[in-house]
Amino acid sequence: MMWFNLAQAQSFMPTEGTKIATQVDNLYGFLLVASLISFLILMGGMTFFVFKYKRRTNKDKTGYITHNTFLEFLWSFIPLVIFLGVFAWGWLIYHEMRSMPKDALEVHVFGKQWAWEFEYKSGVKAGNLLVVPVNKDVKLIMTSKDVIHSFYIPSFRIKQDVIPGRYTALWFNADKLGEYHVFCAEFCGTQHSGMLATLKVVPQAEYEAWLEDESQVGSLPLAKRGEKLFAVKACASCHSVADAATKVGPTLWKKFGTKESIEGMVDVDVDENYLRESILNPNAKIVKGFPKGVMPAFQGQLNETELNALIEYVKTLK
Amino acid sequence: MATAAAHGHGSDKNYLNESSGLWSWLTTLDHKRIGIMYFISVLIFFLLGGIMALLLRIELMYPGQTIMSADTYNQVMTYHGSIMVFMVIIPGIPAILGNFFLPLHIGAKDVAFPRLNLLSWYCLMAGALLAFTTLITHKVDTGWTFYTPYSIKTGTSVTTMVVAAFIMGVSSILTGLNFIATVHKLRAPGMTMYRIPLFVWAIYSTAILQVLATPVLGITLLLLSVERAFGVGIFDPALGGDPVLFQHFFWFYSHPAVYIMILPAMGVISELITTFSRKVIFGYTAIAYSSLGIAGVSFFVWGHHMFVSGQSTIAGIVFSFLTMLVGVPTAIKMFNWIATMYKGSIQMQSPMLFAMGFMFLFGIGGVTGIMLAVIPINVHFHDTYFVVAHFHYVMVGGTLMAIMGGFYYWFPKMFGKMYNEMTARLSFVFIFIGFNVTFFPQFILGAMGMPRRYFDYIPAYYSLNAISTVGSWLIAIGFLIALYTIINGLTKGEKAPMNPWGSKTLEWTTSSPPPHSNFDVEPVITAGPYEYR
Amino acid sequence: MSTDSHSVKGHEHHFAHHFRSAEHEYETTKEGIWLFMVTEILMFGGLFIGYSIFHNIYPEMFAEGASYLDWKMGFLNTLVLIFSSLTMALGIFFLQKNEQKKAVMSLAITILCGAIFMVVKYFEYTHKFHLGIFPGRLLDVAKVGVHHANLGMYFGFYYCMTGLHGIHVLLGMGLISWVLFRTLRGDFNSNYYTAVEGVGIFWHIIDLIWIFLFPLLYLVG
Repeated sequence: MMWFNLAQAQSFMPTEGTKIATQVDNLYGFLLVASLISFLILMGGMTFFVFKYKRRTNKDKTGYITHNTFLEFLWSFIPLVIFLGVFAWGWLIYHEMRSMPKDALEVHVFGKQWAWEFEYKSGVKAGNLLVVPVNKDVKLIMTSKDVIHSFYIPSFRIKQDVIPGRYTALWFNADKLGEYHVFCAEFCGTQHSGMLATLKVVPQAEYEAWLEDESQVGSLPLAKRGEKLFAVKACASCHSVADAATKVGPTLWKKFGTKESIEGMVDVDVDENYLRESILNPNAKIVKGFPKGVMPAFQGQLNETELNALIEYVKTLK
Repeated sequence: MATAAAHGHGSDKNYLNESSGLWSWLTTLDHKRIGIMYFISVLIFFLLGGIMALLLRIELMYPGQTIMSADTYNQVMTYHGSIMVFMVIIPGIPAILGNFFLPLHIGAKDVAFPRLNLLSWYCLMAGALLAFTTLITHKVDTGWTFYTPYSIKTGTSVTTMVVAAFIMGVSSILTGLNFIATVHKLRAPGMTMYRIPLFVWAIYSTAILQVLATPVLGITLLLLSVERAFGVGIFDPALGGDPVLFQHFFWFYSHPAVYIMILPAMGVISELITTFSRKVIFGYTAIAYSSLGIAGVSFFVWGHHMFVSGQSTIAGIVFSFLTMLVGVPTAIKMFNWIATMYKGSIQMQSPMLFAMGFMFLFGIGGVTGIMLAVIPINVHFHDTYFVVAHFHYVMVGGTLMAIMGGFYYWFPKMFGKMYNEMTARLSFVFIFIGFNVTFFPQFILGAMGMPRRYFDYIPAYYSLNAISTVGSWLIAIGFLIALYTIINGLTKGEKAPMNPWGSKTLEWTTSSPPPHSNFDVEPVITAGPYEYR
Repeated sequence: MSTDSHSVKGHEHHFAHHFRSAEHEYETTKEGIWLFMVTEILMFGGLFIGYSIFHNIYPEMFAEGASYLDWKMGFLNTLVLIFSSLTMALGIFFLQKNEQKKAVMSLAITILCGAIFMVVKYFEYTHKFHLGIFPGRLLDVAKVGVHHANLGMYFGFYYCMTGLHGIHVLLGMGLISWVLFRTLRGDFNSNYYTAVEGVGIFWHIIDLIWIFLFPLLYLVG
């Protein structure tokens, strides 16, 4: 099927990371070629008529052709047959796409404004980073903590909305090692376009090693643990840590030990207690020039050690 | 077609100079004047929405922040969509060209309910003004689709905006209701349903959609606003509600609304092709019934906007199947138009250029629509730039091209003056080329996986976005030339003859511009609308 | 709709310039009114569909919600509205027979019925507010002592459906007052009563919607 490949070369689709992606691309390639042919027939006919039957004089005689039942039947019936064929082909692929495998590696996915959080069975958590072994069925069980998001891996040709209050699922079996983009495809607010994650497909051994490393977080120094947690909770999508750039929220770079001007209050010192309050109950003190109610409150979501780790990490940002 | 045409008027009285003063316009019951009022207001909205589109494209020219913040981008994106959908494309052809020409086409003196017609214009104005007040309060950032729960949680003036959309919906309902009654009851003697021009068939099918679909949008938007006010819980998962139900309700209206936008355009194209090929339309009945067919099936395909929303696999398959069926009547129309040109006498005047442009762009929009109807392909393309490119090819490449073509075609009749053919053609060239430069790269961006409504993107998408932005400037130049053509035609145009194109439909048998009551003598119809022999 | 026609005193009705005859105008106007009714029914249809979806998911919740409603009040209102439909129809009937005085009486009784309906509704609403029964998130869960956690949604439906219906009743009363006033002025007679008939159709549709609302909200479970 050479011509499929020819069409694909022109289609600019991203790398095919799964078998289903290849199947989707085959169908897409067929549609592309079929569309091109029918489009050329239509436009070719139109252009030919324009020149062939160009108006010569104002008294041109034109044919009086009101209809032709046979022709009309043909151009209703042939498209119908093609459409139904394509529909059936699509059905087959979609069926496979939606049939969840048994014994898959299950990973929980949380969408939130504006980050992806992944949670493995072993309790390991990762923010905006999904690591999976190659050639293994992976099932994502997804839900949202706030508004509707959509989990989209272009290279795997799969996408599924992530909805608050219920679970949706996706599965894939990556057969190529590498790093892939994960996008949020459903508009979810300010940083919608920044809600990116990386999907790493690694050999089984490397996957296990990674999982092991991640579960050792408890023995790391406090600031290092804070750094991990900062990534898991995707704090960096709103707070810059390496320069003074303002994202959605204020920068945390060189912040500790300075003074911060607060909306409707006197300036406060950026000390441990201020950071603690800003994490647990961010709306208590809003920095001048920033909107209220953007940052989610982490009250009840972090334990004391985690809180200490985060504050220690912020102290190291110099 | 008409035997008793109104020939040789002695007086120079017409609907434009029959009375004067702003008040006489604001209180007019004449469908022609109301059509002109719609034209002026829709033109202003279009310019606003267009400026927003240009701003969006400039922002997207480079990755990262270019000229505006992410929040501003989301707001501009929302207003561009809402203005273009609710204030430009939906009222576009029915309210401007339909109002002006539907009664003329069927030999009536006016629409069935002239006061309702005027009220419908005031509803659009009131809705639009209300929508614009949110620019001063809290600019809305939900996108024109108002998806819950984001639209419930965002702290912006969503309630005002959806109430505004509700009022504009009332305007649309009143227009549709008026047109259905007009087509049913006010046809001239001898004007059977099979003798009305295809433009009327298209407007009629559209009117049915407006009446049947818009009330559902109305209740959906009202529910959204009470949800915001009292948290009634119907769309709120915290109270056991279902945010996806909003999408079902919304698309139950908004998918037929897509056809509210494109069907009238198809009607215009049928008129343009017959006139400039000087030939009877090929397959009158097929085109007429395919309009009704599209309108009918359009109520059962809303789920194809929701293939990845978590609806059941079986629902997805059924919606995919039904969507495929819509493709057939659409294909029939394309074939019939091209068959009409066979053995014709084709004159490439600017309206015909726009009709050709329509078929080219709508053809691309159509085949990509078929791709999107296939579920596994849709799963990849859903909410990417592929969809953005697809509906711009249909809505702008289709509907807007038809508005432009139709407007040039009927300009002599509406204003009694001719426009400059050269600048009109120039506007076509810029719009057509600019459009393809802008939107074709977006198909490729979508195939590469760039999601829509993105303020920022990964560097791999840079070059195509830059090309797209440059294309948007070409479109802008094209529309500026078109605006110049219109103003120049209005001020310096030569006096238009009664029938400059040699067309056969009824509106060309009365003077240009028509008198207040359209025809001096009520026409009696004895043959079909396209009797070119 | 009926504003398109203008009438003069006396028995002859002058129709608008774009119609061929008074009969032609009457038929067209009536079609317009019916089309408008279709949009009304479809608008309520959206609510009914939402109701049936959630009733399917949470039947016990809807049963619990209905138990807070007083079916006697609802039943009284149903009777009042059915009776008002009769008087509305009588109003048109008397106009057709040129008995303006009786027509005025019938229309006045119709308005009165509408008012009774609204007063009963007012008592129902205030009683519920008093008990802390508000829609959705505002429902006072502790005060009411609900069994079903999502009961707020039932009352979301209750207030939306009866509220939208109530607004329509008020609109209908306004429209009937308007045709009553015009009847008093002598605008209508057996040759011309389009406006009254249009308002009548609107009133019947409102009744019809209530006849569906009553069992769905008060009697389920």
